[in-house]
Amino acid sequence: MAIQLTDVAANRVQNFLANRGKGIGLRLGVKTTGCSGMAYVLEFVDEIQNDDEVFESKGVKVIIDQKSLLFLDGTEVDFGKDGLNEGFKFTNPNAKDECGCGESFTV
Amino acid sequence: MSLLQIAEPGQSTAPHQHKLSAGIDLGTTNSLVASVRSGKAQILTDSQGNALIPSIVHFGAERTLVGTQAQELESSDPLNTLSSIKRLMGRGIEDIKQLGDNLPYQFVGDADSKVPRIKTSAGNFTAVEVSADILKVLANRARESLGGELTGVVITVPAYFDDAQRQATRDAARLADLNVFRLLNEPTAAAVAYGLDQNNDGVIAVYDLGGGTFDISILRLHKGVFEVLATGGDSALGGDDMDHAIGEWIISEAGFKNVDAFLSRKIMVAARQVKESLTNNAFTDILIENGDLTWQGQLSRIQFEELIKPLVKKTITSCRRVLRDAKLDKLEITEVVMVGGSTRVPLVSQMAGEFFDRKPMSDLDPDQVVAIGAAIQADILAGNKADDSMLLLDVLPLSLGIETMGGLSEKIISRNTAIPVARAQEFTTFKDGQTSMAIHVVQGERELVSDCRSLARFDLRGFPPMTAGAARIRVTYQVDADGLMSVKAEELTSGVQADIVVKPSYGLTDGEIEVMLKASMENAKADIAIRMLKEQQVEARRVIEAIDAALIIDGEFLLSAEEFNQIKQDRDMLEKEIETADTETLKQLIKSVEKSSETYVARRMNASVKQVLEGKQIDEVEIN
Repeated sequence: MAIQLTDVAANRVQNFLANRGKGIGLRLGVKTTGCSGMAYVLEFVDEIQNDDEVFESKGVKVIIDQKSLLFLDGTEVDFGKDGLNEGFKFTNPNAKDECGCGESFTV
Repeated sequence: MSLLQIAEPGQSTAPHQHKLSAGIDLGTTNSLVASVRSGKAQILTDSQGNALIPSIVHFGAERTLVGTQAQELESSDPLNTLSSIKRLMGRGIEDIKQLGDNLPYQFVGDADSKVPRIKTSAGNFTAVEVSADILKVLANRARESLGGELTGVVITVPAYFDDAQRQATRDAARLADLNVFRLLNEPTAAAVAYGLDQNNDGVIAVYDLGGGTFDISILRLHKGVFEVLATGGDSALGGDDMDHAIGEWIISEAGFKNVDAFLSRKIMVAARQVKESLTNNAFTDILIENGDLTWQGQLSRIQFEELIKPLVKKTITSCRRVLRDAKLDKLEITEVVMVGGSTRVPLVSQMAGEFFDRKPMSDLDPDQVVAIGAAIQADILAGNKADDSMLLLDVLPLSLGIETMGGLSEKIISRNTAIPVARAQEFTTFKDGQTSMAIHVVQGERELVSDCRSLARFDLRGFPPMTAGAARIRVTYQVDADGLMSVKAEELTSGVQADIVVKPSYGLTDGEIEVMLKASMENAKADIAIRMLKEQQVEARRVIEAIDAALIIDGEFLLSAEEFNQIKQDRDMLEKEIETADTETLKQLIKSVEKSSETYVARRMNASVKQVLEGKQIDEVEIN
């Protein structure tokens, strides 16, 4: 069971956390919503919950609740640009299909 | 593949429901747009990494260009290339005439609207339309950078902008299809960018020296509410003047004669580079090549500082004045925030620091700090923060009042009230049988309407005729979070009502807002004296009205000829003196009319009681 951040992504997360001034790590998750069934969650973490798993990737604590982990295992998170837009990208081996925009997926 | 941003805990949105927002600094010379992404406020740049968009619009025969492309056409096609349009926002034709001849544009007056249009080969445009074109470019950059539609934006405006200028800014945003969460005062935005709103209390001086303008604002922060205590500055002082000072030095050093426009432009470009270079270097070399003319020289920072010292001193004088207006000692200032590119010049922050006796805050890029603050506000207003995040409030810069009889201004919402706010006050009729009332909304601190600024007029019509003083008219002033107002008037006994959203009339001359505040202090005594006189005049007219109405009904019936004449004589005397007598004399005259009519009033009372009671049994009389 593992989650990977790319160097760029790890760097960015650390940068954002430092700028925010608080927070222990990055939460990845899924919620059942969106046009193709499930959607990614990407949040700062101030508090670890009971059912959370904590990984460490490139010096960043990645926090995932156990339920989400089932759908996210093996995911790589990258940071990239698309024209002027920039943000985090998920490469998820569990996803069978994505909606056109990639914000939601099915397994 | 969509690109995701990190949200605050628990604030992740459903797909395609991002609450994207942006902060816009719509400047006189340059504009910027910023947004909060993954918790961090950043300036959004174009693909070349440029943050600033010159606030210049070129109306070509085929298309409209904004920004750098428009700037390039400024010298070749000046009449169709509009810059510094912010100075014209919310201004009428009359105001623009007073702005002077330095505007190269041709204005076209419109018969039925007071809004001036600028003539270009592509048509006639208002300042609002030109600003909308700039906003569209900024918003598009934000949409592209954020990857979606904007829920809303926060646009910054100078603290001294009046309602008309704010409304014009809002109109421009609407034309650009933007939802404005709020207009935010520029100094307030700068303070927010530095996180000063997280402190509880303090007094903040915001020193804003841009390319062509200098603004100094004193803000008081109290329980998370920023209050603008005073604003001041110089609308024609900035970094450009420093360039000129260097330029003149070069011309005299090099002994250039007959400087033509081309050489002059070359020198100005060099001067600007020299200024920027001296921010980090003690010396800089200058090379001017113009045809067979070549001049090479060197300027030291010390020499440069001598050249610009008089300019910087001017700003310090403004600082001193604004502190006096705010009735503050400089020791009471807790923070000094530097805004505007020209504050990069070391002498500027040094002299400002010496004056306020503390190190100015200048860690953030002074060109970007206002947009950053706006972006932070926009993010909160879009709902991307947890509920306990504080919502920033603003206050009204000038009191809002209503005209009452005698041309007096009755303040309904006073200056420095935190907005949004709604206040109501009841008024009544002045004449018997009056069925309509004119509502005149004014803005300002002075006692006389003629000294205040007229914002709007409307009529409340069609309420039933009643005796003077019987109608109950409630006037409600409401100001929303942007400082824009709506007014409602309702006659409570009949329910007749009328309301308007204030479309301010454009009648304010340059700098008058600032002057208005000062004038209200300077003229306080005289104003009160006039107010008292006007009030006596109104009272005198009311007494005459009442006496006349009564005399017609039963004067001859209830009064002896002698009594009648006495009253008539005193009444005529009062009427004759109404415009000329001083307050005290008028008071005496009113008294003598009241005195001579005392018995008359008593008899009228008795007569009407008798009329009610005559021929009735005691148990038939209802006692209220």
